[in-house]
Amino acid sequence: MIDAVGHPTSLLLLGGTSEIGLAIAERYLTGGPVRVVLAGRQSPRLADAAARLTRAGASVETVEFDARDAAVHTEAVRKAFAGGDIDIAVVAFGLLGDQEKAWQDIDVAVELAEVNYVATVSVGVALAAEFRAQGHGRIVALSSVAGERARRSNFVYGSTKAGMDAFYTGLTEALRPDGIGVTIVRPGFVHSKMTAGMDPAPLSTTPEKVAEIAVDAVTKGRELVWAPAPLRAVMSVLRHIPRPVFRRLPV
Amino acid sequence: MPRSVKTLAGWARTAPSRATVLTGDDVASTPALAEALAGAGSRGVIARGLGRSYGDTAQNAGGLVLDMTARDRIHAVDAETGLIDLDAGVSLDRLMRIALPFGLWVPVLPGTRQVTIGGAIANDIHGKNHHTAGSFGDHVVSMDLMLASGEVRRLEPDGQESELFWATVGGIGLTGVILRATIRMTKTETAYFVADTERTADLDETIARFSDGSDEAYDYSSAWFDSISTGSKLGRAALGRGSLARLDELPAKLRRDPLKFDAPTLVDLPDVFPNGLANKLTFSAIGELYYRKTKNKRGQIQNLTAFYHPLDLFGDWNRAYGSKGFLQYQFIVPLAAEAEFRAIVRDIAESGHVSFLNVFKKFGEGNRAPLSFPMPGWNICVDFPIVEGLGAFCRSLDERVLAMGGRLYTAKDSRTDHDTFAAMYPRLDEWRKIRDAADPDGVFASDMSRRLRLTP
Repeated sequence: MIDAVGHPTSLLLLGGTSEIGLAIAERYLTGGPVRVVLAGRQSPRLADAAARLTRAGASVETVEFDARDAAVHTEAVRKAFAGGDIDIAVVAFGLLGDQEKAWQDIDVAVELAEVNYVATVSVGVALAAEFRAQGHGRIVALSSVAGERARRSNFVYGSTKAGMDAFYTGLTEALRPDGIGVTIVRPGFVHSKMTAGMDPAPLSTTPEKVAEIAVDAVTKGRELVWAPAPLRAVMSVLRHIPRPVFRRLPV
Repeated sequence: MPRSVKTLAGWARTAPSRATVLTGDDVASTPALAEALAGAGSRGVIARGLGRSYGDTAQNAGGLVLDMTARDRIHAVDAETGLIDLDAGVSLDRLMRIALPFGLWVPVLPGTRQVTIGGAIANDIHGKNHHTAGSFGDHVVSMDLMLASGEVRRLEPDGQESELFWATVGGIGLTGVILRATIRMTKTETAYFVADTERTADLDETIARFSDGSDEAYDYSSAWFDSISTGSKLGRAALGRGSLARLDELPAKLRRDPLKFDAPTLVDLPDVFPNGLANKLTFSAIGELYYRKTKNKRGQIQNLTAFYHPLDLFGDWNRAYGSKGFLQYQFIVPLAAEAEFRAIVRDIAESGHVSFLNVFKKFGEGNRAPLSFPMPGWNICVDFPIVEGLGAFCRSLDERVLAMGGRLYTAKDSRTDHDTFAAMYPRLDEWRKIRDAADPDGVFASDMSRRLRLTP
């Protein structure tokens, strides 16, 4: 259970090496011990993530999880819940990839769609079933402002995030009667390994800042937040700009 | 079927969860109850009374919750011996109304009468008379406990299964379902108190009043203290100490009906309070009023509400904290830790976390129950509105309470972690052994038992 002051006993990171996911875990760890389940592919990076959280005071378990293999998602989520209740599950995995390749190379495009959309949907279905049986819990879905309006520069990524965002928006409503909460976080440009070498967009942020916003949203029971917060206003304007103007904007 | 899925929370309205609630005949009938336990499923089952525990003791996310108020029969009252045999779902309020005409008084009363017998035993509740009467479990002559197997055992404090009896006292419903109990009531001539009230100027004087031996002259004693004022007013208190009045102590007017149940409620608070109303400004003002209203006066005759339950003048007062709710922090530390205890009181006042309902009391000896809260020491209860930084502040308090050899109270806790709890209750493993033997498959479970890892 998330306790009276908003501190969880346990946290599941789907995408166990996600920088934002790990930053969320670290933020919670400043408020006391947390059992963290890292779901990801066995790799030195996953081991590093586990070591990093252990140093921060977590008791860490890992569960084998490959976003590309939808057949094992249900089993991976079930295993993650087998060690005890999960208070918060963060759907943190995702790919950015080479956006120019992505709209010209079928394999690259399909991989983005499978990881960012198909896998988040199948994981969402599995999480919903576990949380409903458990009677409490919260899902944090890491979406992106890229999903709010497709841009020439990253529309394949944007389209997958749009689908994912719509799914979790609907899931928020579907799970409401069961007392299960969903928080969708829409970060803008985040300085991380995913964006290394790219020119930062305006209102760029860091994994730590996104984590701060996500944790605050969970505590307050908010269902949709932007990181940083002013992106909400920016995006609501951008959404309504006519196409001929929009395509000339340096965004 | 009287079975429905409900969102349940504790009295502080934090951390709600959904569970299937069983009520009516499904709970009142013993075979039906046994059947419910047999089919409880992997999320387990917990009994719930009137939901006055502040945290997550009586909720069970995704599992089964038994609404024990369905078992509400009084089986026998013996005015001679003072024994009352009754169902676990009967409230102390009702017990008091039934017992008073027989000249019998509820032996241990907490800050509210809206708790059930089952809850009183399961939390081993205490009251203002702890230093003279102990806690609720000390007044239970026998109880019927339904085990996970559906079997019902009659347990006595010194009987064959005394271990299970004492594991159930303070065992927050995790050893079985308390169905029925026989309580040894206190005999009384009246339903009134002879009370002395006084104000102390600061913390030194407050502690002195409880240390100078004067407490022993009263059956009941406790203090409201100021936890907001810092400096010279720090820890000033309004003391209320007294004993049940004898008939000859009552004025003629009250003597005509000395056992009348006299506990008025003025008004029920509506559910319209915004968040943030509970702040330093409002609390300081109400606290000042409360402090000033207390006069240094001896030998007053007071009714139950005036002496014991001033909060009952406002029904549903927990609503005043708004939808975010609040957090009760109750701890006890050994008498020897007085210096550090003073420092804690000062740090609470200086923390910026404001609390109005502050109770201060010196406790007497504890009992044999491994998870019973009371022990000889300084007991403090404060309640903070939920604001940012409260979690970290409470964690720092936990560490200090633990370092002093003190502990938190399960009926109030809503946030501590399992390691801290285990360190605070050194007899936890002893309790676990008895519990696990009575419920090897872990049928009994609650949100608290999962948070504090009390059950397998």
